[in-house]
Amino acid sequence: MSDYLVQFNNISKFFGKVIALKDVTMKLKKGEIMCLLGDNGAGKSTLIKTLAGVHRPDEGEIIVEGKKTIFDSPKDALDMGIATVYQDLALVSLMSVTRNFFMGREPMKGPPFFKTFDIEKANKIAAERMGQIGIDVRDPSQAVGTMSGGERQCLAISRAIYFGAKVLVLDEPTSALGVHQASVVLKYIVKAASQGLAVILITHNVHHAYPVGNSFTVLNRGKSLGTYEKKNISREKLLSMMAGGEELNKLEVELQEINRKN
Amino acid sequence: MSTKSKSIETKTDFNQDERLKKVSKLRILLNRPELGALGGAILVFIFFGIVAGDTGMFSAYGVLNFLDVSANLGIIAIAAAMLMIGGEFDLSIGSMIGFAGICIAIPAIYWGWPLWMSIIFAFSMAVLVGYFNGILVVRTGLPSFIVTLAMLFILRGATLAITRLITGRTQVPGLRVLIEDDPLAWIFATDTFKWVFTWLGSMNLIALRTDGTPLATGIPPSVIWFIALAIITTWILMKTRYGNWIFASGGDKNGANNVGVPVGRVKISLFIGTAVAATIFATIQVLDAGSADTMRGTLKELEAIAAAVVGGCLLTGGYGSAIGAAFGALIFGTVSMGIFYTDVDTDWFKVFLGAMMLIAVIFNNYIRRKVTESK
Repeated sequence: MSDYLVQFNNISKFFGKVIALKDVTMKLKKGEIMCLLGDNGAGKSTLIKTLAGVHRPDEGEIIVEGKKTIFDSPKDALDMGIATVYQDLALVSLMSVTRNFFMGREPMKGPPFFKTFDIEKANKIAAERMGQIGIDVRDPSQAVGTMSGGERQCLAISRAIYFGAKVLVLDEPTSALGVHQASVVLKYIVKAASQGLAVILITHNVHHAYPVGNSFTVLNRGKSLGTYEKKNISREKLLSMMAGGEELNKLEVELQEINRKN
Repeated sequence: MSTKSKSIETKTDFNQDERLKKVSKLRILLNRPELGALGGAILVFIFFGIVAGDTGMFSAYGVLNFLDVSANLGIIAIAAAMLMIGGEFDLSIGSMIGFAGICIAIPAIYWGWPLWMSIIFAFSMAVLVGYFNGILVVRTGLPSFIVTLAMLFILRGATLAITRLITGRTQVPGLRVLIEDDPLAWIFATDTFKWVFTWLGSMNLIALRTDGTPLATGIPPSVIWFIALAIITTWILMKTRYGNWIFASGGDKNGANNVGVPVGRVKISLFIGTAVAATIFATIQVLDAGSADTMRGTLKELEAIAAAVVGGCLLTGGYGSAIGAAFGALIFGTVSMGIFYTDVDTDWFKVFLGAMMLIAVIFNNYIRRKVTESK
């Protein structure tokens, strides 16, 4: 037994001949934020889908709260408390905050066969939950389309937490946001972690990841370049690992040689 | 002096507060999709009240007349609106009306089935057609516009071919005698609240025939169906889980799927809804006319969609209301009948219909921008 909330050990995923993921290992404790860093094409999307239960890993094991499990569907992952917030957030901008918050999981009231959507209760909970993260929803029946990008992101995260997430998988939560909005979202992520959730934050932005992360896993061409505690690695080192720093160094050397010949 | 000015100040403050509150209430109202159609309906009534107020349009007979037309259109418009909110179209509604008509008439007249069995048969066929439309759209991912356009031709063609094959004609008359004593047909063929009209007639409050019976005999079945459907569908949209799923499926299919809304099932059920509504329309009309016509319902799908759009439905789905579509149908029905009472040539009706729809689309587009625009 370990005190890890969730462990992904040596996960590999192949699509035909293509090795999308190879031996990726991630372990998270309660309250920990792990940042998964990688450039485009590093295998982030495949990894997210594997965590979310969309793909089944071809090798490796997933251990949730000490029990080895297999996710057959996204619902399985959700039932185990692993909630994924995708980039599109699964929000409908024409629908109200409340209707979005409870979309697919509406609270019901009334006798059997005549059950109705308990909109008053839903309104109350939605306003309360949004209030807790400092977003004042004056009217929970206002359309989500009127909210800012950061508020929408917070709504999606807040919804995942309300419905029992233990592990949050966040796909690029700050990529479409301005500096201020991004900091609001990051603050909320830290707050969520401090309440005992484990967070996997997927991003390509080191400047967003470094201040909030406890540990960092760098993904490159489907392979993990290792997991580092924050105290063992600097922001610059992460940046160069992610951007393929070696490649850039090599390029520099080659360019110098060309210059010398001239 | 100073106290006086203070009291005035507080008074103005109070007034301002009140005004702010009113504005916010107005805003909430403005955000309702059916507002445009409600306003339009009121305008239409004011217009005809002025132009045709003394012509008999607003006599009991006249009112029932335009209500009947509105209600018939409304039955299919409400179903079309529900489907549009769910993000899809059904262009086969009109053809389904013709098909449902002969599904009732041929078994009843040529195969000797009791009328109730023919009616149940027609509704079963409607469920099948709706299910087929739905499963095709959901499984193939093709636009419902194309899939149901194909169904428009297939159903109309099949209706014509089958009818001619079996009967040698394109019309099937002779249903009227079967209505009496049928255990099911009365639901689609009985005027209700007759006693009210008899009483009103006896009090000389409404126009009478020469034999002393009132000219308007009762509320036509279409109106009862229309009102019942409007109430039930509005309740479904606003108050049930399924209603939330309809909005979600139309608003963002993938998002809804990701949070566990059974988008496919929702859409299929809505396609069944439009086909069933077309069959209600067909049953009422066939029993009223006593005959089925293979061309019945032609172009009705477009009128239904027009009414739904006037009622506030967005063509892109996820937004709209059933009661709005009901008002949209009321506008069209009132104008199409009311135009007879004015000096305006009835040829202008279609012009009005088109213009109304255009205004509605522009208005809806503006509302959507308002609703979705970021802070």
